[in-house]
Amino acid sequence: MKPPVKLADMSRPDREPLVHLENGELMPLPAPLDDPAKDHAWRALSEQARQQYECGLDDTCVLSFPRPKTPAEERELVGKFLSGLDKLFSRENNWTFLQPLLLSMEHCARCQTCADACHIFEASGNNELYRPTFRAEIMRRLYFKHVRGGGLLSAWQHGEIELNWPLVARLAELAYRCNLCRRCAQTCPIGVDNGLIAHELRKLFSQEMGIAPKEIHDNGSMLQLKVGSSTGMNPAAMKDNIDFIDEDISEKTGIEVKTPWDVEGAEVLLIHNAGEVMAWPENPGAFALILNAAGVSWTMSSELAAYDSINYGLWYDDAQFARVALKHVEAARKLKVKRIVLGECGHAHKALSVIADRILGGELNVPRQSFLPLLRDIVAGGSLDLDPARNDFPVTLHDPCNVVRLMGIVEPQREIIRAICPRFREMEPHGVDNYCCGGGSGFAIMSGHNFPDWRFHVSGRKKLEQVLHAFEDCLDPSIPKYLCAPCSNCKGQFRDMLAYYDLWEDHRILYGGLVELVVNAMKAVKPGFIEWEWR
Amino acid sequence: MIAFYLWLYLGVAVFAAGCIVRAVRYSRQPLHLRWEIYPVPHSRSGELKIMIPEILFLKGLWEFNRPMWRVSFPFHFGLYLLAAGTVFLGCSAVAPAPLFAVARQASVLCGTAGAGLAVAGALGLLVRRLTVRHLRCYSSPGDFLNLILFILTGSLLLTGQWLRPAGSAGPMAILRGAARFDTTLDVPPVLAAGIAAGIALLAYIPMTHMSHFIAKYFTYHQVRWDERANVAGGSIERRMAEYLMYRPTWSAGHIGAGDRTWVDIATSNPAKGGPQ
Repeated sequence: MKPPVKLADMSRPDREPLVHLENGELMPLPAPLDDPAKDHAWRALSEQARQQYECGLDDTCVLSFPRPKTPAEERELVGKFLSGLDKLFSRENNWTFLQPLLLSMEHCARCQTCADACHIFEASGNNELYRPTFRAEIMRRLYFKHVRGGGLLSAWQHGEIELNWPLVARLAELAYRCNLCRRCAQTCPIGVDNGLIAHELRKLFSQEMGIAPKEIHDNGSMLQLKVGSSTGMNPAAMKDNIDFIDEDISEKTGIEVKTPWDVEGAEVLLIHNAGEVMAWPENPGAFALILNAAGVSWTMSSELAAYDSINYGLWYDDAQFARVALKHVEAARKLKVKRIVLGECGHAHKALSVIADRILGGELNVPRQSFLPLLRDIVAGGSLDLDPARNDFPVTLHDPCNVVRLMGIVEPQREIIRAICPRFREMEPHGVDNYCCGGGSGFAIMSGHNFPDWRFHVSGRKKLEQVLHAFEDCLDPSIPKYLCAPCSNCKGQFRDMLAYYDLWEDHRILYGGLVELVVNAMKAVKPGFIEWEWR
Repeated sequence: MIAFYLWLYLGVAVFAAGCIVRAVRYSRQPLHLRWEIYPVPHSRSGELKIMIPEILFLKGLWEFNRPMWRVSFPFHFGLYLLAAGTVFLGCSAVAPAPLFAVARQASVLCGTAGAGLAVAGALGLLVRRLTVRHLRCYSSPGDFLNLILFILTGSLLLTGQWLRPAGSAGPMAILRGAARFDTTLDVPPVLAAGIAAGIALLAYIPMTHMSHFIAKYFTYHQVRWDERANVAGGSIERRMAEYLMYRPTWSAGHIGAGDRTWVDIATSNPAKGGPQ
């Protein structure tokens, strides 16, 4: 048996990965994936990547941060890290999260209760590197030593850690081995939040050192601020695509669908995750059909960034987060809409509805809400004339962490599903106790090097186990099954993970959104809105 | 005796001051962005339904970490009983005759049971920390010492009380003596050592993570459960107005800090001619 990794190993000067996972060591999966020998072999990081980038943590690499060429360069980077660490604990630089960060830094009792709650730790076969307190403990020791200026007594009380560039490089990667689902914080008896610590570490690296995964910074928030969407669609392209979707949905359903754009004074400004338009066009199409059929006064906006609800800054950078949130509410204010309604995107829900709330003062404080209560009211109101028999197939519901545990929206989606899906079954646990899909905090869109292998084998494993359990009585491929995931990021993770394990090919487990189920049950719509085709 | 009394007063004063300093420090931190975790109780009674079982019986630990609860609960409940015993002791010192015996009896019962449970719990915690690999690996020398201090202090208090010679001063007499600075009091050495150690431990607590009883108020009421919305003209908006004028100094190019305020940064666009 390999010796478990220790905190001190993070400072090891060699660049060899600290851990290597084998399929046989991971948390076992239920049938039909219960034989580790038949599981996919992990793709190895290329030798070129290992030589070129800092990949000394584990089997993968998300940051692709070039190796410093000289000891002087390393010292400079360590200096920047220390400067960022100081700023993380200063009022002027980090008022946004200073209080909860201090509380989490100074009160961990090291009882390890959080570890049992962490899906990544469990799925990895309890590998120490992924224990929630591993990352947090290093951060705490650095805080007491370098921010609080602790000496020998402090080291004796709080523990010692050697700060060098290998530690900083590994810590940067380790900040991206947490989904920020905060299930650990939910179970901490004291209220310590190891998820927040990972979040703050990401901020330090981005805001001070300019280090962040390309997918969420350059191709994410920066692209969104530049052209309007992280998909690369500018307003004209977005409108074209929506026009096409309207036509397609009209033809498919037999109901004329037209998406209203830039309607001043509308009741609702609907903002989708623009990824839906590219990957799952039936989702915005279903929204348009439902809102029109229910007689809702609504519009979409073609303002910069206002037609894409994503806000990746939520995961790594306060400035980027605030910039995008402001773009969203400015568009709403310009159109004089009554409220913003967010489509099926979990992180966008939390970012704009909750986290941004306190920075949106005065006229910027436009009411913002999830689509779920609105859809529940529409379904319950009876205006759609729904036939649950059209959804007579096994359905389970994935709870996006941002919607349930972090916003408390648990029942509306269930009221809808219970009304239209006679064969609905819950995953266990669910609601606020749910497990992350494994794609949270940006992982679903990160696919550099061999990161997807880690994402499927480790971060998504617990959810995969839940899905298989939910459908264990009907795995027969003759029975089509629907995994409802009302969140784009989660859908992206399911798309990739179900395909990786051939669960559509072999067992007919399809994933999709919630509005699709509603439209599929509408009597006025031609039967077969859900097409049971992989995409 | 004077030194002993001064030690008692000093210890209590340091404990109180330490707790106040810590609480004030957290309460003066800027109002953070919303970061709640659900379920969030929406009434005082809802809060109490969570807080009472959590504080008294460590419900979270019972639910999520039963092996730890088995040793942590007796330890914490023992400390609560010790605190209750001290309160009863104080009550008995000033209680009218009919209530004196009841308060005294309650004080003896709570004190003895509390010290016993706390010692047993601390011993259990120490054994777990030493024998369970993942607890041992993340523990600092200070963590072990803290538990040893509790075990020693509780043991001294129990032994001192049990071995107390007839006619010598007990906790009640010591309390009265401290109130009157009575230098003629005959305090048995073991009991005196136990009380002195207990006071030192009390003073030490606010300087460590063991002050989590203070932190817990903030982590629950001001983080987990704080879902107050920002309303126009409200106190949150006023506080935000101050923070938005802060001038951060983050160095990454896309932040574009310079001498700009938080508002300037948030309203700039690094992808459109703003800072890169």
